[in-house]
Amino acid sequence: MLIFERSHAGRRNAAQAPHHAAIANGIPAALLRQDQPLLPEASEMDVVRHYTRLSQKNFSIDTHFYPLGSCTMKYNPRACNTLAMLPNFLARHPLAPEATGQGMLACLYDLQEILKDVTGMAGVSLMPMAGAQGEFAGIAMIRAYHDARGDTARTEIIVPDAAHGTNPATAVMCGYTVKEIPTDANGDVDLAALRAATGPQTAGLMLTNPSTLGVFEKQIQAIQNIIHDAGGLLYYDGANLNAILGKVKPGDMGFDVIHMNLHKTFSTPHGGGGPGAGAVGVAQRLLPFLPLPVVTKLPSPHGGEGARRAGEGASGEAVSYRYLTEKDLPQSIGHLSAFSGNIGILLRAYVYARMLGAEGMHRVAEFATLNANYLMAELGKAGFTVAFPQRRASHEFIVSIKPLKDATGISAMDVAKRLLDKGFHPPTTYFPMLVPECLLIEPTETESKETLDGFVNALKEIRDEAHATPELVKGAPHSMPVRRLDDVKAARELDLAWKPAAGAP
Amino acid sequence: MPFIPHTEQDIQSMLASIGAKNIDALFDEIPAALRSGKLTAVGDGLNEMQVSRLMRERAAQDNQPLNFIGAGAYEHHIPAAVWEIATRGEYYTAYTPYQAEASQGTLQTLYEYQTMIASLTGMDASNASLYDGASGLAEAILMAVRAHKSSRRVLLPASVSPLYRSVARSIVKLQNIELVEIPFDSATGTTDLDALQQHAGGDIAALVIPQPNFFGALEDVDALTAWAHAQGALAIGLVNPLTLALLKAPGQWSEKGADIAVGDGQPLGAPLSSGGPYFGFMCCKQALVRQMPGRIIGRTVDLNGKPGFTLTLQAREQHIRRAKATSNICSNQGLMVAAATIHMALLGVDGLRRAAAASHANTQALAELASGINGVKRLFGAPHFHEVVLHLPGSSARVLHSMAGQGISGGFDLQPHYPQLGNAILVCATETKTNEDLQRFVAALRHAL
Ligand SMILES: Cc1ncc(COP(=O)(O)O)c(C=O)c1O
Repeated sequence: MLIFERSHAGRRNAAQAPHHAAIANGIPAALLRQDQPLLPEASEMDVVRHYTRLSQKNFSIDTHFYPLGSCTMKYNPRACNTLAMLPNFLARHPLAPEATGQGMLACLYDLQEILKDVTGMAGVSLMPMAGAQGEFAGIAMIRAYHDARGDTARTEIIVPDAAHGTNPATAVMCGYTVKEIPTDANGDVDLAALRAATGPQTAGLMLTNPSTLGVFEKQIQAIQNIIHDAGGLLYYDGANLNAILGKVKPGDMGFDVIHMNLHKTFSTPHGGGGPGAGAVGVAQRLLPFLPLPVVTKLPSPHGGEGARRAGEGASGEAVSYRYLTEKDLPQSIGHLSAFSGNIGILLRAYVYARMLGAEGMHRVAEFATLNANYLMAELGKAGFTVAFPQRRASHEFIVSIKPLKDATGISAMDVAKRLLDKGFHPPTTYFPMLVPECLLIEPTETESKETLDGFVNALKEIRDEAHATPELVKGAPHSMPVRRLDDVKAARELDLAWKPAAGAP
Repeated sequence: MPFIPHTEQDIQSMLASIGAKNIDALFDEIPAALRSGKLTAVGDGLNEMQVSRLMRERAAQDNQPLNFIGAGAYEHHIPAAVWEIATRGEYYTAYTPYQAEASQGTLQTLYEYQTMIASLTGMDASNASLYDGASGLAEAILMAVRAHKSSRRVLLPASVSPLYRSVARSIVKLQNIELVEIPFDSATGTTDLDALQQHAGGDIAALVIPQPNFFGALEDVDALTAWAHAQGALAIGLVNPLTLALLKAPGQWSEKGADIAVGDGQPLGAPLSSGGPYFGFMCCKQALVRQMPGRIIGRTVDLNGKPGFTLTLQAREQHIRRAKATSNICSNQGLMVAAATIHMALLGVDGLRRAAAASHANTQALAELASGINGVKRLFGAPHFHEVVLHLPGSSARVLHSMAGQGISGGFDLQPHYPQLGNAILVCATETKTNEDLQRFVAALRHAL
């Protein structure tokens, strides 16, 4: 039932709205609205019940194992939420004087420093609002760098075929054409193809390492040389940073610019689709181009109000913080949001980073990798087809359902849907597209061995069912609020907004 | 180990299964030269008690002044239930609803949102959000250029927020799109129709029409929309969704209505939070749906014919279309949309109207009171909605600084962005302000002058 169907004309929530009359004076009638927008008229309790019940139709990290490859669905600590929602943080207007945001800015500044350290980059801007916007910022900086040198003949961005869709889409948004290169049988970049694709037209290469195939790109040094020798820059898609957090710094691999998905690696929530945070880091030569604003720390307060409100540095000296503007970074690629990005999400990432500390940060990659390799080993022993058995898994790995499909007709999609009945959110399906009938499985470090064992058992059961009762699997899920949905109808007979039945009041 | 459940015994039996000596061996494919040393900027881990203390101390530093700034982010009352429900784990910790059967909660909520926002804007269809209003405006411009096909020129009035214009420029310039600024009439603060007329007959992809505009002034949206359509250009309505409870919806502007409506959803349940997270909304006419960026939810049926919800028209998106996608957007601002949906459902039309009308009345009262101070005057004569420009007899920067010292955020300083206006500030008093608050503003302003 939709909230609109719970609506009763004339019902309203007096406690929620101002006492003021619902009329505005002094506005010409031609500019006023004559019709009644379609919002429900429901009591507070109706609304609370409706959305509470709806929420219960979701799988989530808080309710289910959610091994969605490339998405890093790790536990989102509740403290991060509580502390990011302290009233003073929520109440601050983005254009209020910086003196009223010194506590918040201190957190952002510290977070910038932490991210610089873990990535090995020279500078960080926290402002992009998701991974894809971080990519936009990164490629825009690459373009600004070449343009600033008068090097304007570079028109192409190289992207491996295993790359996430946002990579080629970003390159195009930044005015580049995309050259796609293949992957070799080991899951690494095909070096010969890369050499052939690289030239004076190359602005840069976008790479995920470990790749979306779940293996560490061993030839990274060679790749770096090919791109840099041609005058191009190296972009790191940090969606998989969880695999190497505290183990390898992208800066040490020769990357010039990177984005991080703080909603993956730094455990901020996905919220059913967002908001995320896509901080970018750059090497020295791209510092002037960072997106605005960036937070800077001043050794002494910058006067007046700031002096009284500013905090104290570690050694007790007075410090203050402020945003860098166009005046400080005249070559910046500019602002990508009206204000300063998803501050509330950045505060959550900061709390998480402080709770981990340096030791905890090293452990993230270790246990994410342990869990992935254990799960890969167990599934391999159970007879599932691991895509790259000769390789170590990074924090994720691929199983191909193709042999099962050939034998029984049961596809990766069917397996995914049947997993729902067994109480597990499925892995990512049909990405990357290089491996047929693939499941990209990312358990994350926060899951226990028992959960992983339960998942292996569920997959074994499904395989048995695929042979014994294939229709049971093909018809799955059976225990969800709905069965499989008709996507074709959804796209052909578009129903994107509810309309009252004809003749209804 | 924070957030890691493994016991020593777990670790040993897992390593045995893998056939690895220790955890370090799992990293043996990584060239030794790349292995990093200790992190130096991170410090020791804090437990929950310690990090709570740190964050509470930092928050305590940020006591907030009484706020009279709007300028694109508005302080409204948010019902307690909104964030109580939105932060339930089932909403808060779910991913993008790729597996529809296990995401009906999020999907239905988004479908209800699409219905509400499409109705508020008077448009046919909505997506499930963009990052914020400013980047949403950039996406609307890109969308209009795709839809128009021949022109890459978009008219962007100077009465659009300077912050939005700067973001739009950063994003669209990389695709060689030309943004042409249209000045505003210095008497009314609204788009100068004579200046606009100079572009008549030109090849124009779109005209952006802000309502209310950045100064809170109300544009002649019917005339502007008709003008755009007469040029064969698309009309992009840039609107504040709360004000649409009272103001004419973009879909009703002129004869045919605006083609795209876009803006920031922050007034619908998002706390100010120093600027984010908020969300961008985007709605359009049916004919343009396939040009729209971002997730879209559709209603369909399951195998048993039961209604259900799913992501649809995915062939527009980066994960299918890659380099040919309508946008690179992947993650959006989903949770903010869930909150907005609950917010709108709780307030209903009547509640939104009251909030908008009370904000309008408070701002009017504030302007009236302030104009009683010698030398302070309203700058523009056009009708306005819930935000006004005041001209001051002294330096706007100095006055605002002095008011800040008195615990009041007195407004947004227009001087750096519109030097031609002189010492002008943009002020806003939402429904959260009492008469005493307005009096405090006036006293502080008087004192500052
Ligand atoms: C490899 C990879 N790159 C980029 C992205 C885009 O990140 P976001 O969704 O935050 O825009 C994702 C996430 O879906 C990803 O998995």
